[in-house]
Amino acid sequence: MPDKEEIFSKVQESLVEALSVDDDEVTAEASLTRDLGAESIDFLDIVFRLEKAFGIKIPRGDLFPENLLNNPEYVEDGKLTDAGLGELKERLPYADLAEFEKNPVVGNLGDVFTVGMICGYIESRLDGE
Amino acid sequence: MRWFWIDRITHLEKGKTAGAVKNVTLAEEHLHDHFPGYPVNPQSLMIEGMAQTGGILAGSTVDFRENIILAKITKAVFHRLVRPGDQLRFESELVMTSPEGHRAETTITCDGELIAESSMMFVNLNVGNDVERDRDGVFVFTEGFMQLLHECPGFDLADYPVGDDHV
Repeated sequence: MPDKEEIFSKVQESLVEALSVDDDEVTAEASLTRDLGAESIDFLDIVFRLEKAFGIKIPRGDLFPENLLNNPEYVEDGKLTDAGLGELKERLPYADLAEFEKNPVVGNLGDVFTVGMICGYIESRLDGE
Repeated sequence: MRWFWIDRITHLEKGKTAGAVKNVTLAEEHLHDHFPGYPVNPQSLMIEGMAQTGGILAGSTVDFRENIILAKITKAVFHRLVRPGDQLRFESELVMTSPEGHRAETTITCDGELIAESSMMFVNLNVGNDVERDRDGVFVFTEGFMQLLHECPGFDLADYPVGDDHV
């Protein structure tokens, strides 16, 4: 299994290619949407490149959860409810949600999807294989 | 059947590769404005040709029964100008594929010389919608495209039957 540095390096390469950004912009803390300018179609491109780079299959919604925000149980007044946060934690156990939890406004959810989160996901996937 | 920037589909291997040709002629009106006295085939139209070749290839994965559209041009590089009299050969390969979308890499050559290369993402608009797989609701692969396909050597619509599973 590749070490953390190798995983980061491959993730970085995938993001540089998918998003046409510079290497030094792809830091562990960088948010895909806010800092790297990713749009919805880019998420599929990123998934394709990660699958190829690591030789794994990433099921739909596994890395970037879907159908969370259109569930009224999880969203109220533009914020994630406790149930929504619980669901998010369950689906993204490798994400650092500490900052988001302080003000779980839906508009800030994109900040959760960081380069570090992707590395965490890949590590957990490779660990389980 | 106007907005066609490939003249003929030369081959199609379902979900894998597709080829097309485009003959650039001085009879194309836009070449006289682009540029006066020095006609050059616009790169934007070659991008469209690559999108059409890759899009047909992506469409073959769903038997042309769902709407698959160009969503992103990740890369497009051009190596030389294209002039009237040039015959462009498009070769497209699906390098990644899933029910939600595809990535196609396409090259254009002229007499064996590399003219352009691109990487494009296509998405399937029908995924996530409960739509019957039927050509009636398809606005991408219209009659014009199907006519182009019918003229492709070896193409047989029977190879793309209703209800066939995705590639």
